Amino acid sequence: MREAATPAQRLRRVLLTVGPGAFWLVLFVLVPTLIVLVVSLMSRGSLGQPVPPFGLHNYVRFFSDPLFLEIIGRSLWIGFWSTLLVMLLGYPLAFYIAQSRYKEVLLLLVVIPFFTNFLIRVYAWIVVFQKEGLLNALITAFGLPPGEFLPSTLAVYVATVYTYLPFFVLPLYAAVERIDWSLLEAAYDLGARPVRAFFEAIFPQTLPGLLAGFLLVFIPAVGTFVIADLLGGGKVTLVGNLIQLQFGSAQNWAFGSAASMVLMAMVLLGLWLYARTQGERGLDRLV
Amino acid sequence: MAVARRLCPVEMLFRGRRERKLGDSVAVRLEGVTKRFGDVRAVDNVSLEVRDGEFFSLLGPSGCGKTTLLRMIAGFDTPDEGRILIGGRDMTGVPPYLRPVNTVFQSYALFPHMNVEQNIAFGLRMKRMPKEEIARRVAWALELVNLSGFEKRRPDQMSGGQRQRVALARALVNEPEVLLLDEPLSALDLKLRQELRVDLMNLQEQLGITFIFVTHDQEEALVMSDRIAVMNKGRIEQLGPTEEIYELPKTAFVARFIGDSNLIPAKVLEPRRVRTPLGEFVLDEDDALVPGQEVLLSIRPEKIRLFRERPNLPNVFRAKVDDIIYTGSENLYILLADGQRLMCETLNHDIQEPGHEEFDYDEEIWVALTPEKLVVIQEEADA
Ligand SMILES: Nc1ncnc2c1ncn2[C@@H]1O[C@H](COP(=O)(O)OP(=O)(O)OP(=O)(O)O)[C@@H](O)[C@H]1O
Ligand SMILES: [Mg+2]
Repeated sequence: MREAATPAQRLRRVLLTVGPGAFWLVLFVLVPTLIVLVVSLMSRGSLGQPVPPFGLHNYVRFFSDPLFLEIIGRSLWIGFWSTLLVMLLGYPLAFYIAQSRYKEVLLLLVVIPFFTNFLIRVYAWIVVFQKEGLLNALITAFGLPPGEFLPSTLAVYVATVYTYLPFFVLPLYAAVERIDWSLLEAAYDLGARPVRAFFEAIFPQTLPGLLAGFLLVFIPAVGTFVIADLLGGGKVTLVGNLIQLQFGSAQNWAFGSAASMVLMAMVLLGLWLYARTQGERGLDRLV
Repeated sequence: MAVARRLCPVEMLFRGRRERKLGDSVAVRLEGVTKRFGDVRAVDNVSLEVRDGEFFSLLGPSGCGKTTLLRMIAGFDTPDEGRILIGGRDMTGVPPYLRPVNTVFQSYALFPHMNVEQNIAFGLRMKRMPKEEIARRVAWALELVNLSGFEKRRPDQMSGGQRQRVALARALVNEPEVLLLDEPLSALDLKLRQELRVDLMNLQEQLGITFIFVTHDQEEALVMSDRIAVMNKGRIEQLGPTEEIYELPKTAFVARFIGDSNLIPAKVLEPRRVRTPLGEFVLDEDDALVPGQEVLLSIRPEKIRLFRERPNLPNVFRAKVDDIIYTGSENLYILLADGQRLMCETLNHDIQEPGHEEFDYDEEIWVALTPEKLVVIQEEADA
C-alpha cells in the first residue's frame, strides 16, 4: 500500500507537475494582463505615458462615445461573418483532405502560407485587388468594366478568410481524422438517411475540433487591425485599429489599454455564455 | 435421415429445440452472392436460405468472409454478383436505411454523445414515432435486456456487457424482420459470454425474430443455433442443422473446425468396407462408396470406445496410451496405433466395467470404432 503523503510531499508533487505550466501562465498571461488592467485605470501623461490619477474614466469614455461602440460592433460583425465564412469553407475542406489520397500534400498546401510573413501575404492581396491588379485584369478580360476594390470591405473579408482558414482547418482535420465512421453505418442501419445520419452521427464527433477552430479564428479576427488597415483603408476601423492607434499616433496608452480590456472581456463573455448553454460539458469540449 | 439415429450424450450441449417448428417462409435468401476486394474473393458464390424465426449462424475462421456477407445483407456493401432477398423482396439497390434489418455491431457502435435512452430511441426517432410511443418502447426494450434504471448513462460509463445489451436493445426496439449480429459476444470474457448466450437465445425465442449470427467460436454456434453455415475462404463448406454439422461433417475442414475429430485416410474395398492404416473397418453408411475410392474417416473423440480385454465388436485394433490429459469430468487419451495418433475422450466415472475402464500411460489397449459412428468424408487425405 502507498503511504499517505505528508502535506509537504503533496505540495512538492503539485509543484512538480502543475508547477511549470502554472509558472508559464502566470508569467506570460496573468502578469501582462494585470499590467494592462492597471494601465487602463490610469490617465494620459503629457507624453502619452500612463500616469495617475486612477479611475474608470477611460471606460466611461469608451462606452459613452457611440463611435467606439460602433467600432466594437463592426469588429464583432466582421469577425463573426469572416469566421462563419471560414467555417463554411473549412469544414468540407477538412473532410476532403482527410479522405484524399494526397492528404499529406494538401495539408502542406494549407500550412504553406505560414512560411511567408503575414504582412507580405496581406500586401499580396493589394496586388490582387488594386486598380491595375489581377482581379481587374480578369474582369476586363471578360469585357466587363473594372471595379474599385481597394479599399473595400470585400477585400477585408477575403483577406481575413484567407488568413485564418488554416487555423480552422488544422484542428478540424485532427477531429475528422479521429472520426469513428462505423457510427455512420450504425445510423444508416437504424433508418437515418444520409444527411440526417451525418448530422446525428458524424457532426457531433467534429464538435471539439469545430469549437477549437472557431475560437482560433474568431478571437484574432475580431482583434485584427493589419488587414483592415491595409485593405480597408481609412474606411474600416476595427477595435484592433483603435488600440493600435492609441498606442501609436494618438499617444494614449491608458485609453488603448482600456479598449484592449473591453475586447478581452467580450471574448471571455462569449466563452462563458457558450459554457453556460452547453452545461458543464461545454468547457470539456474546448480541450 | 441418419442423424436422428446418431443422437448421443454430447448433444446435451446443443440447443433443446430439435422439435421446434420453424416457419416454412424464407426470411433471407442469397442467390450466388459474390464479393471481390481486388483479387480476393471475400464471399464466393454463396447461396442460402434463412427461414423465418430461425437462429442461423455463420461460422468460420477469421477472414473467411462472414462480416462481408453480413454487411451485404445489411446493405453496407453491394454484391458484385448474385442477389439478396429479404422477406421475398429483392434488395438490389435498396440502401441500408430502407432495409427491414438491424445490426448489432461487433464494436457495438453506440453513439458516444447520446445516453442509453437516446441511443435506443434513435431508430424510432428516425421513423418519426410520437414521443410517448418512443418512451414506451424504449422502456420495454430496456426491460427486455435488463437495463432499466440505466436510461441516463452514457456508453462510456458502462461495462462491455452492458454496452453489448444496449446495442441489442437499440436494434431490437425497431422490431426488425431480421437481426444481424456480428460476433456480438467476442469482446467479452468467458463467463459473461456464456451468460449472454443464454440471454440471447431466450430473447430470440421470445421475440421470434430471425437471427443471423456471425461467430468464429464453434461452441457458441453449436449451443445457440438452429442451423449453421460453416464458411471457409468465402465459400460455404457445409450448411445444415446444428447436429448434422457436428455429427456428419461433409469435409475435412468442417470435421477439424467443429470440435475435435480424428481423421483417418481410407481406401474403399467394398461399398461398406474400407482399408485404413489401422486395419480393415466395416461401415454403416448408406452413401454409395465406389471401390477403389480414397476417402477420409472422421470419428469424434468421445465416440471411441476403449477396452482392456479384446471386446467382441467390429472394427477393433490395438493401440498404446501415449498421453493422458485429465480435464476433471473427462479423461482425454492420446493413443498411438501404427503411427497414427488418435484422440479419445471418456467420461471420468468410477465404474470399472468393460468400455469404461481407466488406463495408464504406455498401456496397450483395445480400441473399438462403432460402425455407425464412423463418418465418411468424400475427400482424399491432404498432405
Ligand atoms: N474493405 C475491404 N477491403 C479489402 N479487403 C477486404 C475488405 N473487407 C474485407 N476484406 C477482405 O475480405 C476477406 C473477408 O473479410 P471479412 O471481414 O468478411 O472476414 P471475417 O470472416 O469477418 O473475419 P473476422 O472473423 O476476422 O472478422 C478478408 O480476406 C479481408 O482481408
Ligand atoms: Mg468479421
